[in-house]
Amino acid sequence: MEASETVKFKVNGVEYTGQREQSLLDVLLELGYQVPHLCHHQAVTPYGACRLCLVEVQKGKKRRLTTSCNYPLLDGIEVFLDTEKVMRNRRTVLQLLLAQAPRAEKVRELAAEYGVTDTPFQVEDAENRCINCGLCARVCRDIVGVEAIAFSGRGLKKRMVSPYDDTAEDCIGCGACVYVCPTDCIGMKEENGIRHILRWKRKLPLKTCSVCGRPFAPTFQLNKFAEWSGRPREFFDKCQDCR
Amino acid sequence: MSSKLKNAADLEAYRKRVAEKSRPSGKVVAICAGTGCCAYGALKLAPAFREELKKHGLQDKVMVRQTGCHGFCERGPLVVIQPEDTLYQRVKIQDIPEIVEKTLAGGEVIERLLYHDAGGQAYTKESEVPFYKHQMRLILAHNGHIDPTSIDDYIAVGGYAALGKVLSSMKPEQVIKMIKASGLRGRGGGGFPAGVKWESCRAAKSEDGVRYIICNGDEGDPGAFMDRSVMEGNPHSVIEGMIIGAWAIAHPGKPAGYIYVRNEYPLAVERLGIALKQARELGLLGENILGSGLNFDIKINKGGGAFVCGESTALMASIEGFVGEPRAKHIHTVESGLWNKPTNLNNVETWANVPLIIERGVEWYTSIGTGDVRDNPWGGSKGTKIFSLVGKVQNTGLVEVPMGVTLRHIIFNIGGGIIGGKRFKAVQTGGPSGGCLPESLLDMPVDFDELTKAGSMMGSGGMIVMDESTCMVDVARYFTHFLADESCGKCVSCREGLKQLSLILQRICDGQGRPQDLELMESLSETIREASLCALGQTATNPLDSTLRYFREEYIEHIEQKKCRAGVCKSLIRFRILADKCTGCMLCAKKCPQQCISGEKKKPHVIDQSKCIHCGVCRDVCNFDAVVVE
Repeated sequence: MEASETVKFKVNGVEYTGQREQSLLDVLLELGYQVPHLCHHQAVTPYGACRLCLVEVQKGKKRRLTTSCNYPLLDGIEVFLDTEKVMRNRRTVLQLLLAQAPRAEKVRELAAEYGVTDTPFQVEDAENRCINCGLCARVCRDIVGVEAIAFSGRGLKKRMVSPYDDTAEDCIGCGACVYVCPTDCIGMKEENGIRHILRWKRKLPLKTCSVCGRPFAPTFQLNKFAEWSGRPREFFDKCQDCR
Repeated sequence: MSSKLKNAADLEAYRKRVAEKSRPSGKVVAICAGTGCCAYGALKLAPAFREELKKHGLQDKVMVRQTGCHGFCERGPLVVIQPEDTLYQRVKIQDIPEIVEKTLAGGEVIERLLYHDAGGQAYTKESEVPFYKHQMRLILAHNGHIDPTSIDDYIAVGGYAALGKVLSSMKPEQVIKMIKASGLRGRGGGGFPAGVKWESCRAAKSEDGVRYIICNGDEGDPGAFMDRSVMEGNPHSVIEGMIIGAWAIAHPGKPAGYIYVRNEYPLAVERLGIALKQARELGLLGENILGSGLNFDIKINKGGGAFVCGESTALMASIEGFVGEPRAKHIHTVESGLWNKPTNLNNVETWANVPLIIERGVEWYTSIGTGDVRDNPWGGSKGTKIFSLVGKVQNTGLVEVPMGVTLRHIIFNIGGGIIGGKRFKAVQTGGPSGGCLPESLLDMPVDFDELTKAGSMMGSGGMIVMDESTCMVDVARYFTHFLADESCGKCVSCREGLKQLSLILQRICDGQGRPQDLELMESLSETIREASLCALGQTATNPLDSTLRYFREEYIEHIEQKKCRAGVCKSLIRFRILADKCTGCMLCAKKCPQQCISGEKKKPHVIDQSKCIHCGVCRDVCNFDAVVVE
């Protein structure tokens, strides 16, 4: 990282300082402002898919609507939250999300907060919960370092999939995607010593701890850990509590 | 092969040598070998000409040359006999013996091969054909005269002279100043002043001195092919522009070049490849170009055909090997673009303008076009613009005109007006995300700012002419669907927004429109435009917005009266046979795929509406105009 530069900026007229090029959304959230968002997580690079964290930013003479997650904090900008324009467009985005993922609890809750309880748009799949935010794949790639899943297609055909829509062979069953998914549309369960990541069709037998006898992590995952870390394989025979 | 040119003087000496060789004193048969003419079989013509010339012993007196695209693609294959400038159109291999015997040996003009306008008047010279006469061909000037696979041809007509001048006598800053003063604006659609971009890219910090110089040849607009034609027809003009750019933007750092071309342009890829190789062989690319100390080379990167990869950041992601998704440009690509290095991207046509400006000067260049760019590079639109004129016009093809001519000039003087005596209805400028402009705006000057003001855009220069048989709601539906399909799918506003917009438009065309749909589309349009990340989403509602603005009554008719005045939307029309015009010839009944037309011989026929699928075959085959749409 380069040495960070401190910049001055305003939010709804109040002056603050911050680090140049930080994600504006992160900055706003740290300052305690409420900005709705679904596709963003501090741990990964901002992506700007869900378009809910809209704000208006004045930079020089230009004032424009933008998502705050992928807006880098710049010197002298003025940020306006929840203006009429922001609210109007955010509501339309929520209506679009409701039509795309009617079963997504989080979307329904957020929409209700903004007074959107119904959508004027056509619902294609009444059971759908995925909003194509891609957070799962970003976490898998950037944090876990695996890249077991990815988007396929573009436009109307864009979907988050395991390779060839078959078993995600690279998936280590860590569950990070399940954890970060804002709309709970991946699913994980453990049964009879097997961990199943539902959406990626991945079934991994769990290793039993050599000390306490508790099944604690997929063997496949532990082998990967041993490989990546260079530690002896035996180290991973014990669960975290018994190590 | 020739050895490398050491300096500008060396280049001039080389030019003298090749000029004699490539400009023969005798006749030249210039055969268009652009993609359009090739599709008509033009590549078979050159060998056939050579063979026939041999028979007449003329092989040393007449030169046969395959050239770049002449632009009048609809009339291909095109053959021009020089120096007389005789244009023969739709030339077939069977015509060759006659052309050689009568025209090349006998000096006679073959009337039937000439271009005839709609009124039947014949034109002998290419330069007199209205399609060409009203154009101002600067970028396309050499297309019809030089062999794009020969660097010598390009050098013979003055090619690389601008580069020689720049490298031998101009500092990078002087070049930038000149491009800025010329008012050259990005031809890819954005209209951003090229000089300003170059200046910012040069000023941007680069730790290791690497700066990328990119040519955007990802021309994806349906029906648009001006960049393809330049890349195919005069690839060196683009390469020369880029080398000058590398000097101005990155010297004495480390410039590296990319030309991003769609893989669906195989001929452009091939000819650019040949041109790059030839430029390297002459030392115009590589180390220490013309002794100036400039080190620069260009790679070709083939695109996979995604429309969105024409967007600069998506294009850069694609070169890097990632999915072509745009990213936010709050930090501009001139500061952090390809592999996070300062990157200057310009369109094919923009690059091709550069040598012209250097060679002929700012004063000359700014005398063409609109506005005043002396103090403000946004103050006008300078130079020419190539449009691909297609749709319901008599003459379709590539048209280069000075900025600021009217739509009427392009469509009627050059395009020859509407086909079949029908009435003009609209013209869509700027590709699929351009707006549709009505008849009342025909006298509007065509430049960057006027088109934007009218709710359309320059785009890369597509121009689709529509007549009264075009339904404007259907047009909006078609392009919205195209853009929904080609959206990268990242932003909810663009992906879901365009999908829903396309569904609403489909419903209106199907006769299921609701009164509240107009308002719903207008509010959705704002969100698609305002809340999407890149230019694809931000301009995607132009077809809807402009048709709502200029042709609102058609929407209302579709929704309220369930009527499509153009007779296009199948659910809203029915075909009927006029009893007084029907002669009972039975042709329609025979051709009807549904076999739902009945009637006795020599008696009026009737269509069974319950079975009719509105395909319109009956109307197409009727010789008596007895089938009407209502």
